[in-house]
Amino acid sequence: MRILSAILLFACFGNPAYANTEFYQAVVADPYIELHTGPGQGYPIFHVVDEGEKIDIIKRRTSWFRVRTARGVKGWVSISQLTRTLDTSGEPTDVNDPGKDDFTTRRWEMGVLAGDFEGANVISTYGAYSFTANISAELSFSQITGDISNGWMVNANIIHVPFPEWRVMPFLTLGTGVIRIEPKATLVQVEDRTDQIGHVGAGIRTYLSQRFVFRAEYKSYVVFTSRDDNEEVDEWKLGFSFFF
Amino acid sequence: METRILIFLLRATLLASLAATSIGCSSKLVDIDADQKEPVIDARVDRREIKAADIDTEDFELGIFGGFMSVEDFGSNAVYGARLAYHVTEGIFVEASYGRTDTEETSFERLSGGAPLLSDDDRLFQYYDISLGYNLLPGEVFVGSNWASSSDLYFILGVGNTSFAGDEFFTINFGAGYRVLVNDWIAVHLDVRDRVFSTDLLGEKKNVNNIEFNFGLSFFF
Repeated sequence: MRILSAILLFACFGNPAYANTEFYQAVVADPYIELHTGPGQGYPIFHVVDEGEKIDIIKRRTSWFRVRTARGVKGWVSISQLTRTLDTSGEPTDVNDPGKDDFTTRRWEMGVLAGDFEGANVISTYGAYSFTANISAELSFSQITGDISNGWMVNANIIHVPFPEWRVMPFLTLGTGVIRIEPKATLVQVEDRTDQIGHVGAGIRTYLSQRFVFRAEYKSYVVFTSRDDNEEVDEWKLGFSFFF
Repeated sequence: METRILIFLLRATLLASLAATSIGCSSKLVDIDADQKEPVIDARVDRREIKAADIDTEDFELGIFGGFMSVEDFGSNAVYGARLAYHVTEGIFVEASYGRTDTEETSFERLSGGAPLLSDDDRLFQYYDISLGYNLLPGEVFVGSNWASSSDLYFILGVGNTSFAGDEFFTINFGAGYRVLVNDWIAVHLDVRDRVFSTDLLGEKKNVNNIEFNFGLSFFF
């Protein structure tokens, strides 16, 4: 059993020669790069690697890279010191941080919003796919918690961004979905209702930094009830999203 | 006459062979030149297949935690759950978490000996939330003289939902935590969190503070 586990361990973590060749190798192109003890600006610099020396890039965390020098010293280097560093074939390394342009050309986006749904609280999560810089499709799930009733809704909608190059990007949205309302048990016995729902809305988004986007929106819902009147609901939400 | 033709033929062969050797020599000379002028940059570099995208990016952190949670009026009990964080920058991270705890009878229920307020199923307290965290005080910790590791004291604020007593509550959570990296990719956490929501479960409507203390283990990937 001990031998077997030893073999398994070796299979998982063994063969250091192989592990050494796994990492991305680069040649320092700046006059020098500084190795910090941790992945942050405040961590002290404990080692310096000169121009022309080879380094292994082990991993990346946010804007920091864990590198290993030829002598085996390990430390964290900020992205700003690695953008000019070359890979071993002489090509610049592609390690740029995401920026506003990446947001314009994004494909996938995820976000969380919270706010007010006609007096009740609402939390929404959504995922979106962008067809162009102007048009994207979204699928969202919202949980509603109120004093009189709770519920949830699922919506699919199309987003149109007329001016994706602006700093604050306005958008319009149109969609449909399903809402489920569950009145609270302490009140008079009312049946749970599931209805179709449609909405129009508008909002703004603004790029913050990295993969972060701030978002605020207003939506006007029409609940297609089985009664004579359709219900109208206003919703205001704030939140943030990431893009990939 | 025949001798003349013979001489002519001999000369012709001689010339031809001379020409051939001179061409051969010159071509050889060219070869030598090429050998001597070695290009400064050797184009025959073994190109690596690995691209920058292959650098292992570890911005996600998945963890489990366990501890104690005091649910206002319903006693303190063990809580356990899981969390997933995404580190956006060295300072900011986003965290989604889920936790659950069983609650006890209120003091009133125990002392009065009357009918219980809640069924056993309704005593289960579950929450989920999405929060924004900030590593306000990053630092380093030292154990003995041989081991140093990075740490963060972070503050966190978020919104979520609590499911308790057969009802759902919009919940605001805030707190602070301490994260110490054991190595490159394993971290331990100590967290204190207050989860506040408004309820009229015991008659009058009020905000309840549910304070949680937990210890966690997480992995960066």
